[in-house]
Amino acid sequence: MSFFSRYRILLPVISLAVLLAATFYMQPRAMSYFGLNLLFNLAVPIALATIAQMMILMVNDIDLSIGAFVSLVACVTATFLNDAPLLGLLILAALILAYAAMGAVIDALELPAIVVTLGMSFVWGGLALFILPSPGGAAPGWLRTLMTVKPPLMPMAVVASILIAFVTHMLIIRSGFGTVLRGVGGNARAISRAGLSVTRLKAWAYGLAGFFGVLAGMALVGLTTAADANIALRYTLLSIAGVILGGGEFTGGKVSPTGAVIGALTLTLAASFLSFLRLSPDWQIGSQGAILILVLTARLIFSRKGDAA
Amino acid sequence: MTKYLLGVAAIALMAGSVQAEDTSGKRIALSNNYAGNSWRQAMLQSFEEVATKAVADGVVAAADAYTTSENQATEQAAQIQNMILQGYDAIVMNSASPTALNGAVQEACAAGITVVSFDGVVTEPCAWRIAVDFQQMGREQVDYLATRIPDGGNLLEIRGLAGVFVDDEISAGIHDGVAKHSQFEIVGSVHGDWAQDVAQKAVAGILPSLPEIVGVVTQGGDGYGAAQAFKAAGRDMPLIVLGNRQDELQWWSDVHAESGYETMSLSIAPGVASLAFWVAQQILAGEEVPKDLTVPFLTITQDTLAESLETTPAGSVANIAYGMEDAKEVIASAK
Repeated sequence: MSFFSRYRILLPVISLAVLLAATFYMQPRAMSYFGLNLLFNLAVPIALATIAQMMILMVNDIDLSIGAFVSLVACVTATFLNDAPLLGLLILAALILAYAAMGAVIDALELPAIVVTLGMSFVWGGLALFILPSPGGAAPGWLRTLMTVKPPLMPMAVVASILIAFVTHMLIIRSGFGTVLRGVGGNARAISRAGLSVTRLKAWAYGLAGFFGVLAGMALVGLTTAADANIALRYTLLSIAGVILGGGEFTGGKVSPTGAVIGALTLTLAASFLSFLRLSPDWQIGSQGAILILVLTARLIFSRKGDAA
Repeated sequence: MTKYLLGVAAIALMAGSVQAEDTSGKRIALSNNYAGNSWRQAMLQSFEEVATKAVADGVVAAADAYTTSENQATEQAAQIQNMILQGYDAIVMNSASPTALNGAVQEACAAGITVVSFDGVVTEPCAWRIAVDFQQMGREQVDYLATRIPDGGNLLEIRGLAGVFVDDEISAGIHDGVAKHSQFEIVGSVHGDWAQDVAQKAVAGILPSLPEIVGVVTQGGDGYGAAQAFKAAGRDMPLIVLGNRQDELQWWSDVHAESGYETMSLSIAPGVASLAFWVAQQILAGEEVPKDLTVPFLTITQDTLAESLETTPAGSVANIAYGMEDAKEVIASAK
């Protein structure tokens, strides 16, 4: 095994470091407490959405509805959670349960997750428009305070990223429960032979995804102060890219929570970097894709070498 | 003679600099969320022209335009945060959402940056707003129809992009107008997404189910598509209110030559970006500017059609370029 394939996390870390160095070179003002927070605070909801997506990829499924779901949560947060906190919490809990139920249904009826989640994305989108037909609402005060808090030493965005990575690492990689969940993606048959219900485990994975989706929506509203039914639609693709960029795989339960968070940060940074380059917007989407392909190619080359050795 | 003129100019400049602070060292950025239609293209071009000239004249040090690659509030929030890092003195923005960017705008204000929003304005109190009275735009359409068709009849409403507040506002104005002129009734409503092809498909889809239509109220960018749909269905051409797009004006001019068809056309001039630029410059110059300004919309009638059509390039939209004087006027009228 080569060095890189043994330590999968190295490549995402190096990509982030290189991009960060380049950004600091382009824009020295970013190299400060204030600058880092501005660069990364919008990455916090993306990181949470990426973790949600990772939960689904972990069990060999893919979630095309996470962007619409986060938008819906944002709408609920900016309306119900603000005006009637108890009702708001109940709705959010119901949404998590709905996600868990979706996982159970997908497994029990052997439906393709890609189709079910695509269908659900319209349901979430419709509900979001129903709750908030025109942009508005307001972030609950405590949430705004939480997202704009200025901790000592490190800015909120960095502290939050480390916290998210640490908690999910303990949950998914270190705990026995997490190992079983990853097992569903690795070898579902072995799990069911061991006497565990795969349907129940999938419901757990989806429920966790729903939970982190809810956190993502809340974090987003805490930053933007208000919601919009279309606010997070692009999170669907960003989250998938983030997981893969962070060293996760589409199949086999091979995921890395730390990598996923780093992947989300890298994607956010890539967009800022391109904007600092004063690249014409027509080229920006393409360049963002190019950065993605570059990192993935590097990973493929290293993993091939690892297999050959 | 030249020397004399230069001298006058110098004195004028000095006189100017006494009352206003010098903005020649200031940098202004344009944050734009979308560039995918003729109106936005014309808007970017307007800004580009005014900005390039202002930089060349030494009025400001830099005026750069940025457009997000996707029309998303989160992208634009990140873009604004990047502008804060880049150290701009003012941000002129056409916002993807009136509320979802408030967090980023607050951060910009906290960093001492002047934020001027136009067209798509933001509700954050620390920012300036150059708004269009979209409701009035809706009402005026029905008022016009009432003068042309006093007997009233059935109307078809073409709306914009669902979930965008401009769409809600114009539509609210139209319904307000219909409530006032009760001889009209809206019998159908479709979303045309402010694009001719979408509007054409939507209108073609709903037409078979509709009774006779006397008028079509629109939001701009959809009138030509609607006309094509009516033509294809073989129905009588109703009175379609247009939205200043070149293809609409061209069509109007053609059918007028053929059959004497008359209508009116109204929309905001994309040049409002240049107005926002000058307002930002005035604020940087230390001018006292009220937070809420209103920009009039550009109305084209039969009398001004030929002239407007001539100055509007194909694929674009009728425009006016605003100058510093216009900005001062708008500011003065709001005080």
